[in-house]
Amino acid sequence: MTGEPEPGARAGGSGTGDGGRVGVGWLATATTRGAVPVLAVLTGLVLGAVIIIVTDQDVIEAWGKIGSQPLALPAAAWASVRDAYRALFAGALGSPYALSESLVTATPYIFAGLAVGLGFRAGLFNIGAEGQLFIGALASVWVGYAITGLPVCVHLPLAVLAGALAGAVWAAIPGYLKARTGAHEVVNTIMLNYVAFRLSDWLINGPMKRPGWVPITPEVQPTAYLPRLFGDPLRLHAGFLLALAMAVAVYWLLFRSVLGFELRSVGANPRAARVAGINVGRTMVVAMAMSGALAGLAGTSQVLGVDHWLGQGFSAGYGFDSIALALLGKSHPAGVVAAALLFGVLRSGATRMQSAAGIPIDIITIIQALVIAFVAADALIRGLFRLRREEQVPAEMFTRGWGG
Amino acid sequence: MSLPAWADQGERVEPRPFARAPTRGSRPPAPVVVSFLVILVIVLGFLRTSPGGEALFGLAGSGGAELVVLGPLSVPVNPALYGFFLLTAVMGLAYAGGRLEAGGLVLGVAFLSLVGAFLVWATAGQSLNLMGMLQATLVRAVPILLAALSGVMCERSGVVNIAIEGMMLGAAFTGVVAASATGNLLVGLVGAVATGALLALVHAVLSIGYRVDQIVSGTVINIFATGVTSYLSARFLQHMAWLNASGTFPDVVVPGLSRLPLIGPLLFRGNFFFYLAIALVAGLHVLLFRTRFGLRVRAVGEHPRAADTLGVNVWRIRYVSVILGGMIAGLGGAYFTLGSVGRFDELMTAGRGFIGLAAMIFGKWTPAGAFGASLLFGFADSLQTKLQILGTPIPPEFLLMAPYVATIIVVSGIVGRATPPAADGQPYEKG
Repeated sequence: MTGEPEPGARAGGSGTGDGGRVGVGWLATATTRGAVPVLAVLTGLVLGAVIIIVTDQDVIEAWGKIGSQPLALPAAAWASVRDAYRALFAGALGSPYALSESLVTATPYIFAGLAVGLGFRAGLFNIGAEGQLFIGALASVWVGYAITGLPVCVHLPLAVLAGALAGAVWAAIPGYLKARTGAHEVVNTIMLNYVAFRLSDWLINGPMKRPGWVPITPEVQPTAYLPRLFGDPLRLHAGFLLALAMAVAVYWLLFRSVLGFELRSVGANPRAARVAGINVGRTMVVAMAMSGALAGLAGTSQVLGVDHWLGQGFSAGYGFDSIALALLGKSHPAGVVAAALLFGVLRSGATRMQSAAGIPIDIITIIQALVIAFVAADALIRGLFRLRREEQVPAEMFTRGWGG
Repeated sequence: MSLPAWADQGERVEPRPFARAPTRGSRPPAPVVVSFLVILVIVLGFLRTSPGGEALFGLAGSGGAELVVLGPLSVPVNPALYGFFLLTAVMGLAYAGGRLEAGGLVLGVAFLSLVGAFLVWATAGQSLNLMGMLQATLVRAVPILLAALSGVMCERSGVVNIAIEGMMLGAAFTGVVAASATGNLLVGLVGAVATGALLALVHAVLSIGYRVDQIVSGTVINIFATGVTSYLSARFLQHMAWLNASGTFPDVVVPGLSRLPLIGPLLFRGNFFFYLAIALVAGLHVLLFRTRFGLRVRAVGEHPRAADTLGVNVWRIRYVSVILGGMIAGLGGAYFTLGSVGRFDELMTAGRGFIGLAAMIFGKWTPAGAFGASLLFGFADSLQTKLQILGTPIPPEFLLMAPYVATIIVVSGIVGRATPPAADGQPYEKG
């Protein structure tokens, strides 16, 4: 996580590269910048431990015997947390299979986090990643099963592109409406989420239903599978590499291309961007479309790489998680990838934790909420750990009312 | 609108005092005309594909407790469709001829004709329990209405609240646990309201105190409420079933009046929370538009700096408004458990908080408007369940989409315009 110059925020920012500052000052900023997300995650894990302790059956019983056996309480508390987090990390990193599963889980997170982060950079709050992901998955699955007889080198790219394109179109709608009428993208993307859910309900129950009683789509042709990278039990697939490639591409786009500069200028100050001759409306539509394409790819990677079909309740809350990822990664591709790997580890390990230690998987959701709160309200973390204040960085501010 | 669209999107635009949406003026409102023509064509389509015969509409309440039990109303399909078509066409002609000023009224009547024509067309040769459908409309409108009222309260003071969904979920959970543990539904209701208030306090502290983006803060609360309720539910409610069985508030039955035919079962016998919500609509309207406090809330939502200059404590007004909004959301959450099924299920609010936001926008940030919008959305919801029974070719999912699509249309100003409070979503810093 390095300090790219914010266009418009700093005089003389070239808009490219990391070379804004030199020496110790830069290093200090980098460490405090990186410190907040790391400390936020640690604090979240500690508070998660507290929740595990106070809801643990053994701890509650030990509390009842506090008079006769005063040491039983801390012992029980320690045991509950140790068991839970040991299972969590063993389940996430303990074996090649566990590691592969963590990366499989992280793959859609990388795409979705990049999607929301890209939107943030352009000053757009794409809260509709969930819907775009559904639409992308639907399109990929359809291309995957309905078109037959193509070789892999044509079918797979076609299915992947279909997902990206569908997501892009779905997200471009609120982008266009914002550019054209000023309608706030938050409300429109939320509404489009629900439209997408109902649309997929209908498609999966109707036109795209596989013969039989179960409301799921037919199986994707093997020619459209994202190939697995290793032998059989390991499910890690090429989608992970595609996600990393996308992260690099987004980095290049944001910090090395003209379009990226325009995009960040619009995000930093639309008025100034306009005065500088940037077509603000067009940039908004393009930014939303690219964000939607990334979100669509999140769905694509899941259906072409892991499931190979699409059913109802397919998405496990990626849309809201991706907001957490983008905030945690400070909307920087590298940060987003790191945050997505972390979430993948937590989510994947939590499955093991649930079966081995009996801790409901939802503890991860709670920890995620706490982490976003700490990252967003970094004054909390800075106060808690007595970090020195960062120099004034323009706060990300998206909410400007719903409409024009 | 002569200004380019992005002009309103400037960075931290100073709220314009008493800014109004630009009036359409003499420009012919093409979208109104287009929507009107679309409706006319659809009604014509019903007419062309009508199977004829009769449609039966049941009008009796389910218990048969009325003084006079009405038999089903038999409507001849084709004449009724002609009637709706003519009504729509006449309204349109009167509007085009300059006899009627209000485009909204014309569209409203056209829309009602559309609904009527659709019901008659879909029911042709069958029977539909109209009373049951209307009753279901009111019940399904309740959580949407409470969510919308919560939004109105918050956003009038300038704080965007997308956390209503999470507040309702949290409140639904504590409501049922408190009521089950104490065996007292009122304790559950108080617990639910307190939970809504507590989560709203978090929203207020984060977004007003720490100046966290209001959408981010709302998202945090939504994720947190989802996580905590699912976690505690899996941890405790699964094997402690006695904590998750509260029973529900009994239906309110107004003695005497409930035995009137037609309006009795519809208006004077129904869910406890329905009457609570109606009372809140009136109460909130008075609070916002007839009291000193309400004037301050609206001033703070429109132009906080001006209000501050006049000695209004912007922060305090916003804190109070957000917490009041949270309490209303708490009532909405209590509906799901204490008013509906008496039991908590994970994610049981199922997006009603977000539809509530849509209803708030649709109702142009007023309690009465939110009520109308909630009824409309409740109707779409209850209609889709009936459609499956009637076996119409229209997939019910499309009706469920209608509220969301309608909201997109309204918020984008394609038909009508919803103007939010001018300072909605902007944190205030004393300057």
